[in-house]
Amino acid sequence: MTTQVSESNKTNSLFSSKNPLHLTIGILLITTVLVTLGNLLFPEGSALHVSDYTVSLLGKYLCYALLALAVDLVWGYCGILSLGHGAFFTLGGYAMGMYLMRQIGDRGVYGNPDLPDFMVFLNWTELPWFWAGSDSVLWMVCMVFLGPGLLAFIFGSLAFRSRVSGVYLSIMTQAMTYALMLAFFRNEMGFGGNNGLTDFKEIFGFSLQSPSTKLSLFIATAIALAIAYGICHFIVNSKMGRVVTAIRDAESRVRFVGYKPEHYKVWIFVVSAMLAGLAGALYVPQVGIINPGEFSPLNSIEMVIWVAVGGRNSLYGAIIGAVLVSYAKTRFTAIMPEAWLFALGGLFVLVTLLLPKGIAGLLPTIKQRLITKKDAPDTQQKGAKL
Amino acid sequence: MNTDKAGTPLTASENIVPDTRHGVILYVEDVNLSFDGFKALNNLNLYINDGELRCLIGANGAGKTTLMDVITGKTRPDSGKVSFGQQVDLLQLDESEIARAGIGRKFQKPTVFEELTVFENIELSLKGDKGIWTALFHKLSGEQKDRIAEILHTIGLVAECHYPAGRLSHGQKQWLEIGMLLAAEPRVLLVDEPVAGMTGQETERTAELLTSLAGKHSVIVVEHDMAFVRSIARKVSVLHQGTVLAEGTMSEIQSNPDVIKVYLGEEQG
Repeated sequence: MTTQVSESNKTNSLFSSKNPLHLTIGILLITTVLVTLGNLLFPEGSALHVSDYTVSLLGKYLCYALLALAVDLVWGYCGILSLGHGAFFTLGGYAMGMYLMRQIGDRGVYGNPDLPDFMVFLNWTELPWFWAGSDSVLWMVCMVFLGPGLLAFIFGSLAFRSRVSGVYLSIMTQAMTYALMLAFFRNEMGFGGNNGLTDFKEIFGFSLQSPSTKLSLFIATAIALAIAYGICHFIVNSKMGRVVTAIRDAESRVRFVGYKPEHYKVWIFVVSAMLAGLAGALYVPQVGIINPGEFSPLNSIEMVIWVAVGGRNSLYGAIIGAVLVSYAKTRFTAIMPEAWLFALGGLFVLVTLLLPKGIAGLLPTIKQRLITKKDAPDTQQKGAKL
Repeated sequence: MNTDKAGTPLTASENIVPDTRHGVILYVEDVNLSFDGFKALNNLNLYINDGELRCLIGANGAGKTTLMDVITGKTRPDSGKVSFGQQVDLLQLDESEIARAGIGRKFQKPTVFEELTVFENIELSLKGDKGIWTALFHKLSGEQKDRIAEILHTIGLVAECHYPAGRLSHGQKQWLEIGMLLAAEPRVLLVDEPVAGMTGQETERTAELLTSLAGKHSVIVVEHDMAFVRSIARKVSVLHQGTVLAEGTMSEIQSNPDVIKVYLGEEQG
């Protein structure tokens, strides 16, 4: 009986649409290779040419996809509706931005070799303490994960330990990102005020303007997304994933089974924040600027909509949702910029009403329909024979 | 595991072995609890012997579920003492620590993890380390798989083992929840209205199961169904207005004038 149980378990997971790990990573890597080839091999004007602009745009979408993955992990699987994930994304972005600022060196407008332009402008004479070490790659990599991770740990520990959940938690996350936005707008904070950090020249010694750097950043983002997908897939399919799903559906029951839901929630919140930070860090060199506007609550809500459209509770769904909605935004804002927010809101309402499981929820239904259509004549024939 | 242990000093609850030298596994002494002036529990005293099967009966609002809440750490009493064996003070532990110490609970309304399969529901409830890192890298051992299979067999859900629990019938959910309790291998089982919504046959099987559990575990059953109580009870405690009104065998209880007045009397009338 035991072997029977475990074997059917295996076949179950093979056929369940929850686990298309290889497929998703495969599609991602093939797309990356095709884009790379299209950019490098085919001359401009060729139908197969992928322009530098498109490469950057795709890189940006992949950052969003990574961010959507982070939101899906906490919302789709653990039921924590965070409306403040933009904060973690932006903090990761600032960590990268600080490093890039220091790479400018004396090529800034004021030509000060030690201080970024905005500090010279503010008549500061030395680097604030929290900028110490920001010219090192190692510092940058640490801060990309530590900054968002620490904020998530402190926020999560306080909120989850006092058993704040549901809409109250969502409002608090929203307030958190809003407060950070207001703080970062202030010049005295030392992060460039409302202009943020910009005018970057190079990353790791490569010019940010050169097409090959842009392509490399795109490839790096694709690889980061693939790795993050693998990590999320592992988490979601481990016992941890099942505990977290159980917490989403019946938190108090989980407690009476002997788990401490708050520990699990903090852990998954921190992992998610770090992924969001990584997305932010990859985003900044590709768009060339980071400013407090990224903390805006609206951005965080948009992330939730990506996941809702793609399908919460499905990792590849989050990626699809982020890419599709971002693409729609790019097209839409080119035609009717002022109508975009209405379109976005309408999309959210429609998806909630008609597609509660998002696009990813549609796929199994379509598959099943195809199967039943194929099977239907078969059964009829059998019936006729009998 | 280490992260799980950090913080509170009393969390080494996997290793808690209740001291039952006096034969008593659960002490509830002089417990008082009031909600906005309403005395839900009023100087309540209850002693559960190791391995016994005890039924708690009482009218609505008599404090049965509140008592379970207090024992499992969901609600803190205003005063009194609740201990597991002689030494483990349950009032110092939270719900998850009490659960890991060996007190399992089945709720009045069956609560299972609806999106997870029956198999996974049992898997999560298995006795063992409930920390984060273990959960992340956990692989079921052959022994644990055997144990799950055994439990599935006991609760009669072998065929349904890969169904999402949300698709089970009400009675099956009740059974699954009992199975989850068994998986945790608790010393004490608190079972709140186990046969609510069950068919006659299911009720019979539940009675059999609960009686077979007594001895190895201590079982406390709260139930309204008097026929069911009669069929399983060896010792019954009657709760009334937050305090224990009478204790004894079913026939003693039925002939107790106080009980007839406040509880059975009402039911017969």
